[in-house]
Amino acid sequence: MDLSYAPAPESAAIAAIAPRYQMFVEGAFVDGGGDDLTSVNPATGETLTTVSTASTADVDRAVKAARKAFDGPWSRMGGAERGKYLFRIARAIAERSRELAVAESLDNGKPIRETRDFDVPTAAQHFFHHAGWADKLGHLGLGPAPRPLGVAGQVIPWNFPLLMAAWKIAPALAAGNTVVLKPAETTPVTALLLAQIIADAELPAGVVNIVPGAGDVGSAIVNHPGVDKVAFTGSTPVGKRIQSELAGTGKKLTLELGGKGANIVFADAAIDQAVEGIVGGIFFNQGQVCCAGSRLLVQESVADEVLDKLKKRVETLRVGDPLDKNTDVGAVNSQMQHDKITRLTQVGADEGATVWTSSCPLPEKGWFVAPTIFTDATASMRVAREEIFGPVLTTLTFRTPEEALAKANNTPYGLSAGVWTEKGSRAMGVAAGLKAGVVWDNTFNKFDPTASFGGYGESGFGREGGTAGMAAYLDTDDEGAL
Amino acid sequence: MARLTVAKTYKLYLGGAFPRSESGRTYQVHDTKGSLMANAALASRKDARNAVVAARSGLAKWAGATPYNRGQVLYRVAEMLEARQGELVDLIVRSRGVKAAEARAEVDAAVDRVVHFAGWTDKLSAVFGGANAVSGPYFSYSAPEPTGVVAVAASSASPLLPLVGAVLPVLAGGNTVVVVASQDDPTVAVTFAEVLATSDVPAGVVNVLTGDRAEIMPWLASHGDVNGLDLSGVPADERVELERAAADTVKRVHAPRREPDWAAVPGTARLRAFLEIKTVWHPVGAVSLAGGSSY
Amino acid sequence: MTPPSPVSTAADASALRSAVGLGGTDASLRTFLHGLPAVDPVGVEARAAQLATRSIKKDTKRALIDLAISMVDLTTLEGADTPGKVRNLCRKAVQPDREVEGTPSTAAVCVYPDMVAVAKEALAGTGVKVASVATAFPAGRSSLEVKLADTRLAVEAGADEVDMVIDRGAFLAGDYARVLDQVEQVKAACGDARLKVILETGELATYDNVRRASWLALLGGADFIKTSTGKISPAATLPVTHVMLQAVRDLHDLTGAQRAVKPAGGIRTTKDAIAYLVAVHEVAGPQWLDPHWFRFGASGVVNDLLLQRRTQAQGHYSGPRYVSVD
Repeated sequence: MDLSYAPAPESAAIAAIAPRYQMFVEGAFVDGGGDDLTSVNPATGETLTTVSTASTADVDRAVKAARKAFDGPWSRMGGAERGKYLFRIARAIAERSRELAVAESLDNGKPIRETRDFDVPTAAQHFFHHAGWADKLGHLGLGPAPRPLGVAGQVIPWNFPLLMAAWKIAPALAAGNTVVLKPAETTPVTALLLAQIIADAELPAGVVNIVPGAGDVGSAIVNHPGVDKVAFTGSTPVGKRIQSELAGTGKKLTLELGGKGANIVFADAAIDQAVEGIVGGIFFNQGQVCCAGSRLLVQESVADEVLDKLKKRVETLRVGDPLDKNTDVGAVNSQMQHDKITRLTQVGADEGATVWTSSCPLPEKGWFVAPTIFTDATASMRVAREEIFGPVLTTLTFRTPEEALAKANNTPYGLSAGVWTEKGSRAMGVAAGLKAGVVWDNTFNKFDPTASFGGYGESGFGREGGTAGMAAYLDTDDEGAL
Repeated sequence: MARLTVAKTYKLYLGGAFPRSESGRTYQVHDTKGSLMANAALASRKDARNAVVAARSGLAKWAGATPYNRGQVLYRVAEMLEARQGELVDLIVRSRGVKAAEARAEVDAAVDRVVHFAGWTDKLSAVFGGANAVSGPYFSYSAPEPTGVVAVAASSASPLLPLVGAVLPVLAGGNTVVVVASQDDPTVAVTFAEVLATSDVPAGVVNVLTGDRAEIMPWLASHGDVNGLDLSGVPADERVELERAAADTVKRVHAPRREPDWAAVPGTARLRAFLEIKTVWHPVGAVSLAGGSSY
Repeated sequence: MTPPSPVSTAADASALRSAVGLGGTDASLRTFLHGLPAVDPVGVEARAAQLATRSIKKDTKRALIDLAISMVDLTTLEGADTPGKVRNLCRKAVQPDREVEGTPSTAAVCVYPDMVAVAKEALAGTGVKVASVATAFPAGRSSLEVKLADTRLAVEAGADEVDMVIDRGAFLAGDYARVLDQVEQVKAACGDARLKVILETGELATYDNVRRASWLALLGGADFIKTSTGKISPAATLPVTHVMLQAVRDLHDLTGAQRAVKPAGGIRTTKDAIAYLVAVHEVAGPQWLDPHWFRFGASGVVNDLLLQRRTQAQGHYSGPRYVSVD
């Protein structure tokens, strides 16, 4: 039977997207001095909404508001009370989860299945988890009385707009800091919905400030002398620039940057689950994930079998309307990203790798990319070294565990890796040898606020989640060092 | 007639050996009275490069050693340092013109500091890692691992304690070190290197460069195979360029905002500065189909 | 819906065994079964749970409800079965919902061997098949002789399909050759009847065993691999069915031969049934979406399917009083 699923779209009306959104500074929604930006629905190319952006003066005002809140009510408040605000936010996210999921899907292009089942619940979980730390800072293992740093300037990417806001704001507030956060230029909506939730939760004015805008706003935040701590998630080139700009300032910095994660499949792997893990590793969120398993390293003796099964599986991925509950792969976030993915895919073909793409039909409108797999690639090719940040998998083979490890670590990055083997000692051994901040044995792309996440090498430094994530927002030191 | 003393040449410590600078350069070190104490090697950028190569090659063995073993080796350093106390006191007295009691106190503190960090090696995982209570059918744990090769600019606040206080936490975490010694006190730094060389510390784990910090540090800060920088010994106004260079390869930088109180009981910031937390996930399946789905 | 286009089914068991490179020895059988890729339980359960979130609406839902009804082996396997009960069930199988036009018949009626003749007579000329359990169902704890006699009893009484049970004791003891031999002999005793081999997955304890037993049955000549007798808990589950669908898919990829799958027990609602059909579609492939290649061993699910069918057709919710109990 030829079965094509009838459309099962979630209603866009649930998000009740307003025609215009304002910045959130000092507890109020206000117009900024920057030019309005237009947020586009990547699935249609049509305007979703317009958003007021911050000027340098607005950033200054936001930082001052954050400072005032830090010096004022927020640092005078006990940890238990601070925690209760965070619990409130967690609950409100859960209560408005359907609206947030639809809004995220509309603004970002990612499938509603993912926003509904991952982004939004995990965002709520981050607030819930960190809420509990607020009155337990002395138990973090960072000394008896770790102190907040002050004002945290945070710049987040467009791939998980709400979740990244939660990853940033929740630990910062739990530790007692105040926040100035810039959402990504192409995905400002859910951060501003979160601002509404924060306003509804009656956080003191200025504790959280959300200032939309482009890179110049981000730069104004991180370089503002009133900012004590900078947290950035985004590309490695921008991360390097921020680290360079902050040289000598003594500001505490954490960077969560790019990756080129190796997903290593040994011959003795549970092949069907490995195939699922490969698919989840690279096609989750259209591959726009810093920790994506974008380099498949498969043992030569099972390479044909794995690739055959993989391609058949990828053929079943449903690419299309992000609001359709049965969509597996939605739209990539922007024209720019679409062009970058297309360009790098062409580079891979030009370099001599074999390109395979799913035969799935693509919508006529919007920025869609068919799931793509490179085979016959070599370690020196650009598609094997550069982060493509799209639904493009590069496949390499290896013969021995030692070779797998050498190839996996042969990258300036070091964010994530996957290991697929039924042999426990090998799983543990390879996990130990991988220079990556997160290693998934027989699974991939699992996240939890209790589990530290972050990179080695050029994938950045500092962690988010777990006690190490809290340490990133605390002055724990004995010698004025950070 | 008094016996003519045999002066010692203070050389570099690279890869477990004591070579001269490849440049052939030396500089004179004087005591506080202006007398020549020694000639020390004036390390070049190529010496820095060789030091990084040595540190990289020493990394696998040191990082791969069991924490217990690392602790034992570091404790052996304390034993050997204690044994060289008299020599180090003399050098500190000459180099800084301090009273013997003060120099002795510094050496004693340095020995105790080594013991302190020797005791950290097998506690790091318990204090900075652990099992993560993830909400799903997975066993997830986080554990610290060494960052890799760390370049340390030792503070010249005093000859020995800042050197030990900066190098030991980096070593305790399993990293290897290239340390640029205080320019004024190469005799103490090289004597400490001799202690290391006779303490079961594998070759390449610590590499000591003497000479001009301002000349050497930029090469280390920009080196692609250096993973971390400790700028304790670099004045604030010299840090900007080094930190910018470090940004090119996203190095971890430890730059205390004020001169640390080296005599105080150390906290953990220096340990944590050069540890990478790795999180590992593994599925936990029901042992029987009768248990129902994990999802 | 397009008509089914079954691929080659011709290969017999010995041809399949040689196609997968299996020699004749016990040792080679063990090597083959233990060489199959392992199944990660968390991974397969996660995949099954995720696939079960597919949102099936409108025309697709209507089509799948009809397909599901047409795949049901309407089953009664009770000590208290009587000719009257079986005849009622047969009427239900032929016309599950007399009041709604176009309701498809179920695929088969499944009974004990001594009720086959009753069912055969009641279903004559309807196209609904008669399936019979056999081989000392459900425990299978008897001699091969008895099992073969049981099978012949069913076949001679007119059974179109025979549902045998494997010897789980032999399987768990590692005596794979014994299991294979019994499947082969029962298959031979089936004649033209299609053989469903019940693995009783709830007693096999692990997904790895489910995979091995699936292959063992397929290589012994099974036309179907079936999860459960319905007498043991857990009966069919989605992840277990995933593993079995993977087995028939892999056999097909390897040899071109297509074999069928039947989850039995534990499928109670339309939502359950649709989740299984989505799994059939996305794990095995669309060519398995046919009553020849996939069945539900169930009875209760039919009425829920009928109620949902009425809801789809009539635009309002129906109630259990409006469909017949059997």
